Amino acid sequence: MLKLALLVPLAPLVGAIAAGLFPRALGRTGAHLVTIFGVFVATVVSAILYWSVVGDHQVINGTVYTWAQAGGLHLQIGFLIDSLTATMMLVVSFVSLMVHIYTIGYMADDPGYQRFFSYIALFTFSMLMLVMSNNFLQLFFGWEAVGLVSYLLIGFWFKRPSAIYANLKAFIVNRVGDMGFVLGIALIYAYCGNLDYAAVFSQSAALAASVLPGTDWSVLTVVCVCLFIGAMGKSAQFPLHVWLPDSMEGPTPISALIHAATMVTAGIFMVARTSPLFELSDTALSVVMVIGAITALFMGLLGIVQNDIKRVIAYSTLSQLGYMTVALGASAYSVAIFHLVTHAFFKALLFLGAGSVIIAMHHEQDIRRMGGLWRYMPVTWITCVIGALALIGMPGFAGFYSKDSIIEAVANSHLPGSGFAQFAVTAGVFVTALYTFRMIFLVFHGKERFGGHGEHGASAHEDEHGHGHAHASAAPHESPAVVWVPLVLLAIPSVLAGAVGVRAMVASDYFSGAIFVDDSAHEAMAELAREFPGVLGMTLEGFASVPFLLAACGVAVAWLLYLRRPELPEVVRARVPWLYRLLDHKYYLDRINEVVFAGGARWIGDGFWKQGDVLLIDGAVVNGSARMVGRLAQIIRRVQSGFIYHYAFVMLVGIALMLFVFLTWPYLPALIAESR
Amino acid sequence: MDPVVTLFAVFSASTLVSALRVITARNPVHAVLYLVLCFFSAACLWLLLQAEFLAIALVLVYVGAVMVLFLFVVMMLDIHIDRLRSGFWRHLPLATLVGVAIALQLWLVLANGHWQFLTPPATDIAKIGNTKALGELTFTEYLLPLQIAGTILLVAIVAAIALTLRRRTDSLHQRPSEQVRVRARDRLTLVHMPAATRASAAPEAQAKET
Amino acid sequence: MVSLSWYLFVGAVLFAISVIGIFLNRKNLIVLLMAIELMLLAVNTNFVAFSHFLGDLHGQVFVFFILTVAAAESAIGLAILVALFRNMNTINVDELDALKG
Repeated sequence: MLKLALLVPLAPLVGAIAAGLFPRALGRTGAHLVTIFGVFVATVVSAILYWSVVGDHQVINGTVYTWAQAGGLHLQIGFLIDSLTATMMLVVSFVSLMVHIYTIGYMADDPGYQRFFSYIALFTFSMLMLVMSNNFLQLFFGWEAVGLVSYLLIGFWFKRPSAIYANLKAFIVNRVGDMGFVLGIALIYAYCGNLDYAAVFSQSAALAASVLPGTDWSVLTVVCVCLFIGAMGKSAQFPLHVWLPDSMEGPTPISALIHAATMVTAGIFMVARTSPLFELSDTALSVVMVIGAITALFMGLLGIVQNDIKRVIAYSTLSQLGYMTVALGASAYSVAIFHLVTHAFFKALLFLGAGSVIIAMHHEQDIRRMGGLWRYMPVTWITCVIGALALIGMPGFAGFYSKDSIIEAVANSHLPGSGFAQFAVTAGVFVTALYTFRMIFLVFHGKERFGGHGEHGASAHEDEHGHGHAHASAAPHESPAVVWVPLVLLAIPSVLAGAVGVRAMVASDYFSGAIFVDDSAHEAMAELAREFPGVLGMTLEGFASVPFLLAACGVAVAWLLYLRRPELPEVVRARVPWLYRLLDHKYYLDRINEVVFAGGARWIGDGFWKQGDVLLIDGAVVNGSARMVGRLAQIIRRVQSGFIYHYAFVMLVGIALMLFVFLTWPYLPALIAESR
Repeated sequence: MDPVVTLFAVFSASTLVSALRVITARNPVHAVLYLVLCFFSAACLWLLLQAEFLAIALVLVYVGAVMVLFLFVVMMLDIHIDRLRSGFWRHLPLATLVGVAIALQLWLVLANGHWQFLTPPATDIAKIGNTKALGELTFTEYLLPLQIAGTILLVAIVAAIALTLRRRTDSLHQRPSEQVRVRARDRLTLVHMPAATRASAAPEAQAKET
Repeated sequence: MVSLSWYLFVGAVLFAISVIGIFLNRKNLIVLLMAIELMLLAVNTNFVAFSHFLGDLHGQVFVFFILTVAAAESAIGLAILVALFRNMNTINVDELDALKG
């Protein structure tokens, strides 16, 4: 079984290497064939493993290869495949496969075609290694690898300065999070002596009991907070979220794959995986919940004022990640994973739909210049609406089951901060509905605002494809089949995954053994399971619940502001210009980063250069020691007078002294005694 | 009194006094002569110590060759004596101090070491003769040092010559080593020049050729 | 009976005289060289004295070699003196400071 599991990450890796190293030999068709085949193999084997693990309730845990042994530390590549991992594997490989197929159409005219396929296959390999790992080191390897591939892909059009800025920003902000992550792993190694999940989890009680020397902080709390800092970086939680909107500089397929469905969920997965550790630390769980709540609410608010279609969906992703984090904080790990799964489907769907719109609009991405597209691209329109309904939590669609479960779980939690979290996730429903349907209405409905300047509108995305389409002013049309077939294939689980999976995820022992919940301390999950009314019951109850009302209000307000009375948004903006400015500048967080952190780092570097390097090291140490030698030599050279009698004098006095020391001094007592 | 003691007193007094005069003599020639006297007296002392060969060697080699050399040099150099004597006695206190200190130390240690042999042992050197005994020892046990001493003397000769040799610039002489090293092309260059002919039949042809 | 220590005394005083001579004769290079010869003579006397009183001929062999080396050294020293005098026209040690560092 372990050997079979090995096939899952290796197949995409082989595809990636082939497409990456032999682009010209394989050509475009060969490159996409080999990578798609690799990911397809991964998907099929993931499905097989899923049935065997979930269906037969077995767990695969073993070492594939021992990389190094240093003292007591065994560094190995191993796989732990339980229900959590199998779920993640299936989601990752399936969404990746959809994106691969989609890319054939989206990147058809791009000169870096083979490079792109190589990168996304490499990403699939990295993400699979991350979720399948059975020790922290391999987890970290996968963590860094996905960060690297994200960097490569965000800066895929590397000749654009905005893309380079964005990919550096993503990598550096991730790095800040990784610092905490590494500290956490180091603490784990220091206190457990082992990096294997099984070994570490078995020592979790001991970790909870010990304190860091010199402080009264529990080791476990510190470890969990450090690990969560890593998750904050990777899953874009406040304040390390600033990289995600900028990451939209990359091509849309990767926005769908990496920054919606898979990479950003790595943090969520990691916390769920280390639930045996988090469960024993209320402080850490509180931190997780509060940060998630802040992200969920405030990022959603930012989504309302965005005009780039991809940015709207990016902030939506941030907000939904906040939801997942809140669920983790409420000890509802399985609900968080459930939301992760459903979110993967409908968010990827939304991104790919946006990509389809972008193709049709010839790379115009400003939603103020779209409108009325439902006539021209019906398939895209229908699938996007399905995705939107899933996103806002419409009962019956996938998002409803997971989102509602989150809201209920938070309500059942009593940790400090849960009050604020509850407010945030509930208010967030309204905000989500507002910005989602704002986008839908502005893009697909209403007046057609393209036409005159719809060809190569936004100059920033000018050279995305580099084609000189002759029918620039022609009407938009539906995208080719390679583009809309994945949309349909993703829309299906966006509808069904919720209903199919809710019982398993929420109210059963699906995740038992994989996720550990301390039911006595945190009863959120237990209560959810107890009160679970069944799929149909949940759906019906949903129509009568507060979140549904809020969502309906949100859709209504969006309809009012953007379809019925489109002049109203301007009025609102005139009334509260400060609010608009605050949101437009993303709470000035980017400015703070640029001025304080980046500027501060530059200032420190300058200081080190001018004071440390030039003054201290060059001036005092290097030149200073040379000058010291010179001065010393000036003094010593006076001994060399050139006069022979000086030398002779010194020699004779030296002889006298030596005679005294060696000949007379030892015998002096005897001589004195004798002369008496 | 014991004649040996008397002789010892006389000779040692002579040595010491002449040594003093060496360093305080005004005229350098006098100084050299006093040095000769000093060495003679020392040689006599050595005779008292039954080191005949060395005593004679001292006189022959040292006085006869080295002191004569000194004399040559002193007489050859045109020295201004007056300038040399100024400031002579200024350093006497310090000099005396150092000298006395050294002497005292040497004598204290060497003389007060408990030598068991204040009387010389009876040896059979007298039967062989000092020279022969010395020769036997030198040419067997000290053969290598002897060869090295010879090399040192050779080096000294070469060094002395190298330091003071002056070449005459107004005499011509041959240097065979350089003569042999000469190459033909350093002395002779052949230049090809076409012959100028008077044949009017082919001036153009020749013009074409060249 | 002349004991060893008397000979050693002579040697020591001779040595001291030569040291004093070096100190006093700072202006006259030739006397400097002569003082060095005196030093060697003192050492030789010591050697011969010890050789006689120990009954060991090795001391005299040593004197033999010292004599050789002393001769070589004085020859070279005088050659240097001559070369120096040719260039500087003085044997005043005070004026020989070309090696000043």
